[in-house]
Amino acid sequence: MPKLSNMSYKNQRILIIFLFSLVPVVLLLTFSYLPVFKMFQYSFTSWNGLSKNMEYIGFDNYKTIFTKPEYFAVFKVSLYYFFATFVQMGLALYFATILSFNVRMKNWFKGILFFPTLLNGVAIGFIFLFFFKPEGTLNTILDLLGLGALQQKWLLNPQLINISLAFASVWRYMGMNFIIFLGAISSIGSDIYEASEIDGANRWHQFRHIIIPSIKRILQLNLILAVSGAIGVFEIPYVMTGGSNGSGTFVIQTVDVAFKYSKLGLASAMAVVLLGIVVLVTILQRILIKEEK
Amino acid sequence: MHTFKYHLAAVFKYISLVLGALMALLPIVVVFFASLKTNAEYASTGPLTLPENWLNFANYSKAFVDGNMLLGFMNTIIIVLISIAGATLTGSMMAYILARFKFRGSKALMGAFLLATLIPGVTTQVATFQIINALDLFNTRWAPILMYLGTDIIAVYIFMQFLDSISESLDESAMLDGASYWTIYWRIILPLLSPAIVTVIIVKGVNIYNDFYTPFLYMPKSSLQVVSTALFKFKGPYGSQWEVICAAIMIAIIPTLIAFVALQKYIYNGFAQGSVK
Repeated sequence: MPKLSNMSYKNQRILIIFLFSLVPVVLLLTFSYLPVFKMFQYSFTSWNGLSKNMEYIGFDNYKTIFTKPEYFAVFKVSLYYFFATFVQMGLALYFATILSFNVRMKNWFKGILFFPTLLNGVAIGFIFLFFFKPEGTLNTILDLLGLGALQQKWLLNPQLINISLAFASVWRYMGMNFIIFLGAISSIGSDIYEASEIDGANRWHQFRHIIIPSIKRILQLNLILAVSGAIGVFEIPYVMTGGSNGSGTFVIQTVDVAFKYSKLGLASAMAVVLLGIVVLVTILQRILIKEEK
Repeated sequence: MHTFKYHLAAVFKYISLVLGALMALLPIVVVFFASLKTNAEYASTGPLTLPENWLNFANYSKAFVDGNMLLGFMNTIIIVLISIAGATLTGSMMAYILARFKFRGSKALMGAFLLATLIPGVTTQVATFQIINALDLFNTRWAPILMYLGTDIIAVYIFMQFLDSISESLDESAMLDGASYWTIYWRIILPLLSPAIVTVIIVKGVNIYNDFYTPFLYMPKSSLQVVSTALFKFKGPYGSQWEVICAAIMIAIIPTLIAFVALQKYIYNGFAQGSVK
């Protein structure tokens, strides 16, 4: 093997650029771009994933998704998660703001609020199954507080199930938003606060006129990501309810259609729709953030 | 009057913090309580009741043995170690050539990686599954490893940001001594990148440890179960033994808790760096 150090730097450069990018590029093409290409191809077929030849059926799969109510209904479930994101971000912003100023045991509170984000998704699913059980944590607490009348079958009542699941999702992801906001707020120089205090600004003024404008871009980004996040919900409802009682999300349905019912063509078309929504949201986000500059 | 208002605000602030902390901890703490109760005790007491014997680990050993958790941990560790080692190497290599060399196509390369992250992983699973199948990797550890290995732009970004702070005159003086580019990368850049490497390891490690659907879809074979899928199996057959399920939940959570307490500082940095970009 020729020694690398005997080569000229020009040739070394070419070799090292080629070698260092080879593996990542091959992986990128095989697991990112090829699947997207294949997905589009499958979406126009009635392929079941097994048979040798695929039959092309044009836009039939897309027609099915947009006309059959059972396929369309899952988008309604996404609305619960979409609204939950606002609650989640509001809480995250509130805690990030107060923990940016002097608070006793600051690091403890930070750690505790952030910790749920690191937990295993399956474990969280189980934790909230336990939490929402008829004789579980939530009903016991309500009883203790003298609010026994409010006790519910949180996961059996079709009207409450998605609210309960969205609550678990807020619990899971709030810490992530919180830590991002905290990082953004901490990058604001302390001299700005000091100057505003001399001008007689109180905490609310500071929040309204210093913090919000400084983290506006991250706020926008998170709000827009909420759309794709709401459509991409999978783990919590899958572990907790398996999608029963009207809690099935778009991804649960895609996975079921593909792997349970072997309708790969249809499932691919659903995935294309999902990808389309995400791309749309991303473009929207780019436009909004550009206007900002 | 002014001070009264000020105190009221302070009181409200602390009440809300305590409530928030309680809300974050309570769902986990009650699971911990239940995991230490005997079956009869679990049936007769409410979730908020403290366990009688704080050292009753019977449920833990039952969950550990029945759930074959040791196997789950072994598989998880193998997958995490190989994926992280690979991702750190490929990520830092990509960052090195992108940060240090200006070459034709470097912008396009960066763009290709960026565009790929915009494609949500869940959408392409159906097609990815066929590729894994065609490569004969279904039901092998290589399926998730290859998918986790794929260089993600967040790691490349973190490395590139760090590379900017490493002076290029270091590279140049090494070149005067006749060092090859490989030597520069391996002997100078990589060791100096270690704080960034810790960050990437944590962010990736947390994601891989917690991932459910990749092992669930690609390695259904029970001898290949990881912590997530091992835990998921408790659903159903243990419907009436919640104290055992609770112990299994705690077994899956404890490593995260230990890592969190030990690496808190890095974790905060890592998530802030990775997500703001």
